[in-house]
Amino acid sequence: MTLVIGSIQLGFLYAILALGIYITFRILNLPDLTVDGSFSFGMACAAVITLSGHPFLALLIAIIAGALAGCMTGLLQTKLSIHPILSGILVMTGLYTINLGIMGGKSNLSLVGSSTLFMKMESVFGSVNGKTSLAFLVCIIVIIILAVFFKTKAGLAIRATGDNEDMVRSSSINANLSKCIGLSLGNACVALSGALICQYQMFSDVSAGSGMVVIGLASVIIGETIIGKRSVTIGLISSAAGSIIYRIIIALALKVDLFPSYALKLISAVIVMIALSGPSIKASIEQYKVRREARNHLD
Amino acid sequence: MNGLKQMLDLRNVSKTFYPGTVNEKKALNCINLHLEQGDFVTIIGSNGAGKSTLFNAIAGSFFIDNGAILLDNKNITADPDYKRAYDIGRLMQDPMKGTAPSMTIEENLALAYTRKSKKGFFALNKSDASHFREILAALDLGLENRMKTKVGHLSGGQRQAITLLMCTISSPKLLLLDEHTAALDPAAAQKILKITTDIVNENKITTMMITHDIKAALSLGNRTIMMDEGEIILDIKGDKREKLTVEELLTYYSKERKKQLTNDRMLLI
Repeated sequence: MTLVIGSIQLGFLYAILALGIYITFRILNLPDLTVDGSFSFGMACAAVITLSGHPFLALLIAIIAGALAGCMTGLLQTKLSIHPILSGILVMTGLYTINLGIMGGKSNLSLVGSSTLFMKMESVFGSVNGKTSLAFLVCIIVIIILAVFFKTKAGLAIRATGDNEDMVRSSSINANLSKCIGLSLGNACVALSGALICQYQMFSDVSAGSGMVVIGLASVIIGETIIGKRSVTIGLISSAAGSIIYRIIIALALKVDLFPSYALKLISAVIVMIALSGPSIKASIEQYKVRREARNHLD
Repeated sequence: MNGLKQMLDLRNVSKTFYPGTVNEKKALNCINLHLEQGDFVTIIGSNGAGKSTLFNAIAGSFFIDNGAILLDNKNITADPDYKRAYDIGRLMQDPMKGTAPSMTIEENLALAYTRKSKKGFFALNKSDASHFREILAALDLGLENRMKTKVGHLSGGQRQAITLLMCTISSPKLLLLDEHTAALDPAAAQKILKITTDIVNENKITTMMITHDIKAALSLGNRTIMMDEGEIILDIKGDKREKLTVEELLTYYSKERKKQLTNDRMLLI
């Protein structure tokens, strides 16, 4: 039971990461590798500010930090015409140094002894309920804000930019601005997720962000497969649900000793690989059937 | 003509691609063109004559080397394409280019309408939706009942009709039509052409239309220009244009350029 509850708590916290990935990968249709860096960026900012005694401010600063990182990637892509993937890698690489700098040159920082938002909730609702309700609450609030945002004019412009950029430009909308806003929004979510994880596990690690793109994408794909992606709102909900399901799968796999605990990232990579290769495998099977049918016809 | 104001003014517009290399091409060579408000100009010329390049220059797909472009007496020469699009609607040959396939008809129209609609928080609202329903109904394609359908599920002709609405929904000052019916079957092309002329006449939009159908070029609009090698070699309107036959036009071309019109698409009359 504790295993499932722990997975659900982590699921909700990482769901915010999945929402960020959903915005950049699915809505904006951009492969954004900034995520690995902005996750740690949010974590590092949150750790330092939480240690100074402001756990709530820590989350706000993390959101702003993530947005800045996303905006930077956006500017590299649009103003300097650097390839989208490379822009993300450049920002991610640069952030590594910045994150170390924020944490005072140490590769990890413990929050033991300082007060976090989770502790505050625990003192009101009890140990288990406090953590779960905080994770649930933040996740729901973020989903609602994003769902409303993507119904506004700016939100519609961002969706259209991912779908047909030429059409957006010819509708007299600055597509470059839409991209920057979308990337900022996505990375703000990612950094918020990093900040929450930091307060949840009571420490910050500079390399915590590595592989987060794949983990987030795995959650998005699992959610889409199970719930679907008819509209943006449903896409957002299914990404969050995908994150929880992903955490439960991982926890169960580790519990029955199917995999060693360090296999996490390989499993994520395999899930994404299988999910993304689905359509082309289906097409190969179709083609095989057609070929066999044609052969039978000719015999 | 008195009372009509100058809408588009091209002054000595030049553009050379790959300057200084063996591939150097003078795509636009000192183009001077003045359109009055409400003009409907058809543009003909063989492939590579500079027709689409002219449109690209006006719409801002690239910046020109020399000259100036004025729209409604405003200098737009150095404006980026999306700023010019506030007043210029453009329709391409490819029906897939003008719409966002995974968004609904309503959302596509709403996006195009953000240019001139009232400041509101949400992209979709009831008063806009009823306006969209009205203009869709005017197309007579039955699309007004499919506002929630994704545009990707529509046929090329239907998508081009939607794009036409998106280009004209905010009453642009200038409409550029780049062979916008060429990718459609004859019946659909006829239909789109009729819708085009209806919308243009109703809103009195200054329009430029590239076409390879010389008969249509002479029968539609009030002015015809012919381009060759980046220059305007013929510019006719009024009586002279009324009397001109397709054969005369073709003879004129070969006399003027001392060569035959080799482009077979242009000879398909």
